[in-house]
Amino acid sequence: MKYKTGLVAGLVGVLAATRAIADELNMPRGVTGISASIYDLHMVIFWICVGIGVVVFGVMFWSIVRHRRAAGHEAVQFHESTQLELAWTIIPTIILVVMAIPATQTLIAMYDTGGEDLTVEIRGYQWKWQYKYLDDDYNNTFSFFSNMSTPRDEIENRSVKGEHYLLEVDNPLRIPARRKVRFLVTSEDVIHAWWVPDFGIKRDAVPGMLNEMWTIVDEPGVYRGQCTELCGKDHGFMPVVVEVMEPTEYDAWYAARVADEAVRREALSLSFTHEELMARGEEVYTTFCASCHQANGAGVPPVFPSLVGTPVATGPRDEHIRLVLDGVAGTSMQAFGKQLDAAQVAAVVHYERHAFGNNAGDITQPADVIELAGQE
Amino acid sequence: MKTQNQDIRRTVKQLSLIVLGMCGFVVALVPLYDLFCDITGLNGKTGGPYIYDPASTSPDTSRLIKVSFITNTNAGMTWEFRPEKGAVRVHPGELKEVNFYVRNTSEKVMVGQAIPSLVPVAAAEYFHKTECFCFNQQVLQPGEEMLMPMRFIVGRELPANVQSISLSYALFDITDAIGDVALANTSLR
Amino acid sequence: MSEVIHADHHDDVHHGPAKGMARWLFTTNHKDIGTLYLWFSFAMFLVGGVMALIIRTELFQPGLQFVQPEFFNQMTTNHGLVMVFGAIMPAMVGLANWLIPMQVGAPDMALPRMNNLSFWILPFAFGIMISTLFMDGGGPNFGWTFYAPLSTTYAPDSVTFFIFAVHMMGASSIMGSINIIATILNMRAPGMTLMKMPMFVWTWLITAYLLLAVMPVLAGAVTMMLFDIHFDTSFFNAAGGGDPVMFQHIFWFFGHPEVYIMILPAFGVVSHVIPAFARKSLFGYDSMVYAVASIAFLSFIVWAHHMFTVGMPLAGQLFFMYSTMLIAIPTGVKVFNWTATMWKGSMSFETPMLFAIAFVVLFTIGGFSGLMLAIAPADYQYHDTYFVVAHFHYVLVPGALFSIFSAVYFWFPKWTGRMYNEGMAKAHFWLSFIGVNITFFPQHFSGLAGMPRRIPDYALQFADFNMLSSIGAFIFGFSQLVFLYVLIHGIRSGVPAMARSWDGAKGLEWTLASPAPYHSFTQPPRVSNAEVHG
Repeated sequence: MKYKTGLVAGLVGVLAATRAIADELNMPRGVTGISASIYDLHMVIFWICVGIGVVVFGVMFWSIVRHRRAAGHEAVQFHESTQLELAWTIIPTIILVVMAIPATQTLIAMYDTGGEDLTVEIRGYQWKWQYKYLDDDYNNTFSFFSNMSTPRDEIENRSVKGEHYLLEVDNPLRIPARRKVRFLVTSEDVIHAWWVPDFGIKRDAVPGMLNEMWTIVDEPGVYRGQCTELCGKDHGFMPVVVEVMEPTEYDAWYAARVADEAVRREALSLSFTHEELMARGEEVYTTFCASCHQANGAGVPPVFPSLVGTPVATGPRDEHIRLVLDGVAGTSMQAFGKQLDAAQVAAVVHYERHAFGNNAGDITQPADVIELAGQE
Repeated sequence: MKTQNQDIRRTVKQLSLIVLGMCGFVVALVPLYDLFCDITGLNGKTGGPYIYDPASTSPDTSRLIKVSFITNTNAGMTWEFRPEKGAVRVHPGELKEVNFYVRNTSEKVMVGQAIPSLVPVAAAEYFHKTECFCFNQQVLQPGEEMLMPMRFIVGRELPANVQSISLSYALFDITDAIGDVALANTSLR
Repeated sequence: MSEVIHADHHDDVHHGPAKGMARWLFTTNHKDIGTLYLWFSFAMFLVGGVMALIIRTELFQPGLQFVQPEFFNQMTTNHGLVMVFGAIMPAMVGLANWLIPMQVGAPDMALPRMNNLSFWILPFAFGIMISTLFMDGGGPNFGWTFYAPLSTTYAPDSVTFFIFAVHMMGASSIMGSINIIATILNMRAPGMTLMKMPMFVWTWLITAYLLLAVMPVLAGAVTMMLFDIHFDTSFFNAAGGGDPVMFQHIFWFFGHPEVYIMILPAFGVVSHVIPAFARKSLFGYDSMVYAVASIAFLSFIVWAHHMFTVGMPLAGQLFFMYSTMLIAIPTGVKVFNWTATMWKGSMSFETPMLFAIAFVVLFTIGGFSGLMLAIAPADYQYHDTYFVVAHFHYVLVPGALFSIFSAVYFWFPKWTGRMYNEGMAKAHFWLSFIGVNITFFPQHFSGLAGMPRRIPDYALQFADFNMLSSIGAFIFGFSQLVFLYVLIHGIRSGVPAMARSWDGAKGLEWTLASPAPYHSFTQPPRVSNAEVHG
């Protein structure tokens, strides 16, 4: 009898502890209707499993204790029971059917993308996300890339890791709270996947294929997720950060951003000093190039070529620009002309030609890039 | 009376047929998959040219469907590529023409292939194109630009709960894939 | 009189095993080939285990300390490939080779020379596959599931060798399966009807059909990859009108039955061990057979539950959710039947039984996480996170692997004629049991907390779970050296074993001497009801 009391006390203790740490260990309830529905489904199926487990393992452990040879128990030779077999076939079936009903309802809701207030196109690249905002007529208002902003120093253990280590970006996606946002998801190269646990949405980004999903976020805040489909070397380093804003704040930001677009376009006709190009170039290089070509330009030959004193960085400037714009087919060198505007390309090319001990002795302005590329 | 060896031989023959059958199955899987997707539109592909018979269909003026266009260039393709209009509104059964602008910004002749994909997937089988640049490869000389038309009809049988369709075109560079001879033979527009 | 003696003597001298390396290279004996498969699988298990320890070392703490992401991706990929194709599957085939002829009362497998070929293909295939790690550009780095286009357009040059290795392994499996089915269908001792066959034989009969059905599909998938990579076709290349998602459909049409291929023989083993140590026949033999058959059938119609986030139409998602939930039912029936076998038995807990009981409990836990994954809306949160990693490691490690340990300990005396050291074996069990749970249970939580799969570095909130998991991995990994010790010590100096090495063991193999004669059942035995089920 003593062990029974002990057992009950133990169970109570375990339950209490479980409650206490449950939030730490569990899936988040999230901030959308869908994430809450998913959380509820998850908890129901979890408790069903716990229930079945307690019963089955309980019977088993009881048997292990009581029906032991060492305790003198003799085997009772029964080998079948149609009743039992029917019971433990039919009862689980009923449980599963009952489980399937709310699951079906939630799935149907997840597929209803109509009636959106805002559409954003999400495009996966190796290894960053691009967000394109579309107005009501699906014209591109503006777009930007969202790169991981955790410094390499932190990754390589030379400095202390920040609170949002690996889950921080230079330009987060911004959306309004309590408005229906429709996402169109695709990929530039390989299959990626975009996921924000707090929203309860995840979708594969497949090259050549368009996927859609939607969300309505109830609470403003910053929410973080990651790429969830192996996409190559830096699969673990392309986080998703979404800043959900109060609708009025969002509208203000949006309007300012549209205005910024015009300013950005104008800047493409300006000329910059050597120092300005080096500063900007180093920023661009660190974000877009250093992962492969390394911070010191040495690369990882032969896969990622060195830029230190090599023909590309010290030879003809226009060929260097072309290489950055068009990439090299069949290698990891992407066509950065699609990801960087002319001012960024000019800055990074100029930086590569004058950093790492290089001194190409020339200058690259946005206009030079535009002339070569024939586009902005 | 068969010997055990004969029985074994027979079994081996039957099992080898199963293996061959499954090899045949996987070979057939490719066209079957394509056929299945063609008929149901389940992978978002919108199928081949559609023969439009104006006599047999008239616009359903009670519904207005928003059709939006998403354009992208994939994997290093550097052409400029955008729709003339981001979205149009059509009645089911109405034939509509839209244009897409494309320009080869590089210094060499290139061939592009546009790949369509449509959401929601349930609508793909009701989206019919009578003319589309995606049916052909597009050859552009360096610097050349073009306005490519696309004509489509949204079928009247489009499910009632679909009000908005998004069609994406992903433009790929297939210059290398089609080979020099083919390139030389492709005519200019 | 002298004639009779002469005849016997003649038999013994002629049919003993050859000597030296030649014996192992050219053997057509099912026992030798079983031994080859088992030692090969153990070696591959250690290789795959080292890769796992490299992974867990890097994941011990946040930050990149030991390996670069490119190499890490090669480790995760090859760990999966080696464990699935090099450790678990060959081990199960090794068990099949050793046990099936003895259990059905046959002298050997139906096609003994093809049996030899089936084995010897494997060291070559894996030699090729592992050598890719040392090639320019590195080895396969696209996950063991090798989705296109990461595995085609964006793959390292060595991918072609990977494809050849997969073809070779597939050929080995197909030949082995033909052999197994031909043996079971045609060489059973008179009186052994299908419904009197031992459960292990049933599970392998069904597994072999599964293999025949799906290995060609895998071969098709990698051949299409080969063509896309080298011959400019566009099966999976969107640019040419192909479909990357089609790769996933084809792969998982193979891939889902594949995981049942890995677990059904495990079910068979457990269905022998538990009755033996409960001293009570298996409960519900008939429904156990039907359950295995329905699991095998259902395994063909659930594949897209691996693809719930790919952008499938709603009808497809619902269908695959329902079919996946359904498959839980026959699986549950089996767990209930094993429990009912234990109930009111007379149990003792030698090492085979410890592993078998641990299998039932921990495989069931893996099954529970599987059921949670089946709920499609919830899967949007679980997919491609460590929750999935926890699930499949539970069903494969304390699942399939523990059943293999159980089988090796159980039949060890029959194979070697000696008993292993029970104390050391129990140490192996407890270290493995503790290690495996410390390794994989926390992974449920890191998955629920949002940690994706296949990443070499992670955000700070996952740190504690990862550290725990890595510690567990080292405990589990090094415990396997205890297993190696138990095996070698047992083979060399274990106590000689009896024919019926376990008093509750039933089956034709237990009527043979221990060790079983090199050639057994040269005459078909009489099948007595005492030895069989039904």
